[in-house]
Amino acid sequence: MAATVKYDDVETGQEIPAVDYPVRRVNLVMYAGASGDFNPIHWNERFAKTVGLPDVIAHGMFTMAQGGRFVTDWAGDPGAVVDYGVRFSSMVVVPDDEEGAVITVSGIVEQKLEDRRVVVALTARSNDSRVLSKARAVVQLI
Amino acid sequence: MALNRDFVGRASTPSPPYEVSRVKIKEFAAAIGDDNPVYRDAEAARAVGHPDVIAPPTFPIVFSLVGGSILADPDLGLNFAMVVHGEQRFEYQRPIHAGDELVTVSTVTDIRSVGRNELITVRSDVSTVEGEPVCTTYNTIVERGGAG
Repeated sequence: MAATVKYDDVETGQEIPAVDYPVRRVNLVMYAGASGDFNPIHWNERFAKTVGLPDVIAHGMFTMAQGGRFVTDWAGDPGAVVDYGVRFSSMVVVPDDEEGAVITVSGIVEQKLEDRRVVVALTARSNDSRVLSKARAVVQLI
Repeated sequence: MALNRDFVGRASTPSPPYEVSRVKIKEFAAAIGDDNPVYRDAEAARAVGHPDVIAPPTFPIVFSLVGGSILADPDLGLNFAMVVHGEQRFEYQRPIHAGDELVTVSTVTDIRSVGRNELITVRSDVSTVEGEPVCTTYNTIVERGGAG
């Protein structure tokens, strides 16, 4: 395991700049296939509306994966993420158009732990809603 | 209907071994839009100290939900039509890499009411077929209106 971020260079309260992750319907189709979650609310607009949703919504795990990507890109090595947890607080609605939706993820170094580990608190928003809450990753730095 | 609290502590039988393949990791990485080379290039993964390509942090969702038979037991009283994903957590002893053969045991650890909803948490302990612990996942699902 070799993160590229050095523990001694990181300070509590340090912000990690926001990144936009676009989501289009094709991404949800790919995620359904790769994950095995074929719930039609994630690809079938007709079905989604019959169960009271405004449109097709992204898999919560797809959104969580974007938060994971944000942390692993910051850390330098995905193997440095030793703990990652989220609460799903709102839906990511993905319209069937050229734009789709955008998940914006930002982070802050919330705490420095022992053994050169840090806690990164994540914020993920889409359409002005907070889509993840209590999102925390523990990262092993060098 | 309230969920049956007697299910807290109920565990699944160990899953058949799940063989982690380079192809599946690459497919999963492509699906989440992540082009990190340690997910698709064994040499790049070895260069940072891994034995082979490793899996993204959320990859265990592919194989670790083996508590389904417990959740589907009619005595639990769970209405799947009202279920949404509430919380998810992955705790790693080490990264998962291609070539791992992983066995999962799932245990219901908690059932509680929050407002009108019922929440049930399933912990899944993932280890290699040799018994080396690899990761633990915590999956909380919400039955909307279940406690109402």
